[in-house]
Amino acid sequence: MSATTSTPVGDTERVRAMLGSADAGRKRTDRMMTGLIYAAFVVAMIPLVSLLWTVVIRGIERFSPYFLSVSMRGVFGGMDAGGIYHAIVGTLVITLVAAAISVPIGLLTAVYLVEYGRGPLARVTTFFVDVMTGIPSIVAGLFAFALFAIFFGPGVRLGVAASVALSVLMIPVVVRSSEEMLRLVPNELREASYALGVPKWLTIIKVVLRTSVAGLTTGVLLSIARVIGETAPILITAGYADSINFNPFEGRMATLPVYIFTQYRQGTVPCAPGALDCVEDINLMRAWAAALTLILIVMLLNLVGRLVTRFFAPKLR
Amino acid sequence: MTTTASPPATTRRRRSGDTERGMSRVFRWISTAAAVLLLAVLAAVAVFLVQRGLPALTASGEELQTAGRLPRGMTHLGQLVGPLVFGTLLAAAIALLLATPVAVGIALFISHYAPRRLAAGIGYVVDLLAAIPSVVFGLWGGRTLAPVVADVWVWVAGVLNSIPGLEVRATATGRSLATASVVLAVMILPIITAVSREVFLQTPKLHEEAALALGATRWEVVRTAVLPFGRSGVISAAMLGLGRALGETMAVLMILSPGLLYSFQIFDSGQQQTIAAYIANQFPESSGLAVNVLIATGLALFVITMAVNMLARWIVARRKEFSGAN
Repeated sequence: MSATTSTPVGDTERVRAMLGSADAGRKRTDRMMTGLIYAAFVVAMIPLVSLLWTVVIRGIERFSPYFLSVSMRGVFGGMDAGGIYHAIVGTLVITLVAAAISVPIGLLTAVYLVEYGRGPLARVTTFFVDVMTGIPSIVAGLFAFALFAIFFGPGVRLGVAASVALSVLMIPVVVRSSEEMLRLVPNELREASYALGVPKWLTIIKVVLRTSVAGLTTGVLLSIARVIGETAPILITAGYADSINFNPFEGRMATLPVYIFTQYRQGTVPCAPGALDCVEDINLMRAWAAALTLILIVMLLNLVGRLVTRFFAPKLR
Repeated sequence: MTTTASPPATTRRRRSGDTERGMSRVFRWISTAAAVLLLAVLAAVAVFLVQRGLPALTASGEELQTAGRLPRGMTHLGQLVGPLVFGTLLAAAIALLLATPVAVGIALFISHYAPRRLAAGIGYVVDLLAAIPSVVFGLWGGRTLAPVVADVWVWVAGVLNSIPGLEVRATATGRSLATASVVLAVMILPIITAVSREVFLQTPKLHEEAALALGATRWEVVRTAVLPFGRSGVISAAMLGLGRALGETMAVLMILSPGLLYSFQIFDSGQQQTIAAYIANQFPESSGLAVNVLIATGLALFVITMAVNMLARWIVARRKEFSGAN
């Protein structure tokens, strides 16, 4: 009894110090792990910075209005000419057709999952949408090729086949993002609409979709940004062309990613000594400039996508 | 009898909630059809791959040699698919080994270490990595990274060679599986980070506060509360990353100097090849049975990635039910 009341002052302070702070070993571990975790972040930033830096520095060399406005038709060897107009056209056409296929299917599937989905079909759909996001892009390309080879014979190369391949990759992304957006719409809005006697389908179109249109746009833009850089499926379905082709239903089409790949593949050009119109690494310069263009397009899509949400999203609260 | 019986029948039908008529029913059917179509597309992918790959599976060794353009000395499909599956798994496994610790570190950095104001911005920056097209990664990996890491690999091989009984070769060009795997690791970093981050942020605040109340340091909070809670999430995130790495084409195609060996010489060129890169490499020049051969190898890739993804999703789904977070 008396021992507890007459504890020396030094003792309590020592106990308090022991309780208040971790011992040296634990502190050291804590500091070390903090350092490692910061290091992990820095390590991940190195490739990102290096990649963006290289693409900008090497790409700007050949990036010019001329480069953007001519095709590769009649360009050979180390000619100091040629551009990516045909590839930009092909990329836009193929991606737009892919979006035209995937957005309705993806959006309606999301509507089904959020507004109607009950029971096994909804569960199976949710699961397989997730699984579908994992389809390797080259497999999507093989599928589209196999599908179109039935109708157009072996060796088919069509822009629309590439669009179908991209749709396979794009639909699950659209479904995922749209589903998330539709679930954000408060139930009170739906109930208010039903209370006014509005039928369900009109409620979905006029209330649910109208409310979430900004988020849906963002989702679609981001999914386009994701597939616009796909190379492998386009390589085996649309092939590559040197000339401008606006028609996805006829003939080969060039796209930016495949353009980058083919230019990279061709590598350096052997130039005759003293040749005036010959640049040795012209192909690589074109590849870097095209890579810069592609990154700019992707970044623009990402930026616009995020801005749409920021400025046009309804204030729900 | 009939006149008195019919009015109650109609009112009963209204009361039972069957108010869906006309456009409502059409709309329900359209949206259900979209969901069914989506499943049909997935089924069609599988069916077409099997149907078009079948001729390669049933063809004789001689046909495969001549029309199927199988590499010299190979007489059945397994001799091609085997090394390809090996190369694919090896590349993806190394990528996963490199990426997972870093990704978990970044996820912890964002969820528990970075200043609150910075965290969202850092998340965007990591997502930027996901936005960069794979062909640009390939270009960068082949032209910028490969020459730089080649020296590192040569040095590593030199160190490893000093261990008796170990023979490691390294190429001076850097066009080896190790380089390709590093690029794959960078490419799968964002998805692993994103999923892990979500899981770490869901850690019950009470668990963390309880750990802090017991005098735990920040790392001890992470070790005792956050990591055990997020373990299954990290595993499934890693498997999603694995699925990505297995199917990635361009980075491997543009960096790796391919070979068809069962070889662990990851620093040497001309040793391994992955399925996706093999298909993309051969496809433009193939026709007839050779295409069927490629589609059959694609089928192998499809089966592997589907299995990995389904397993990952299954773990995620199971976790949602039993995590105790709700």
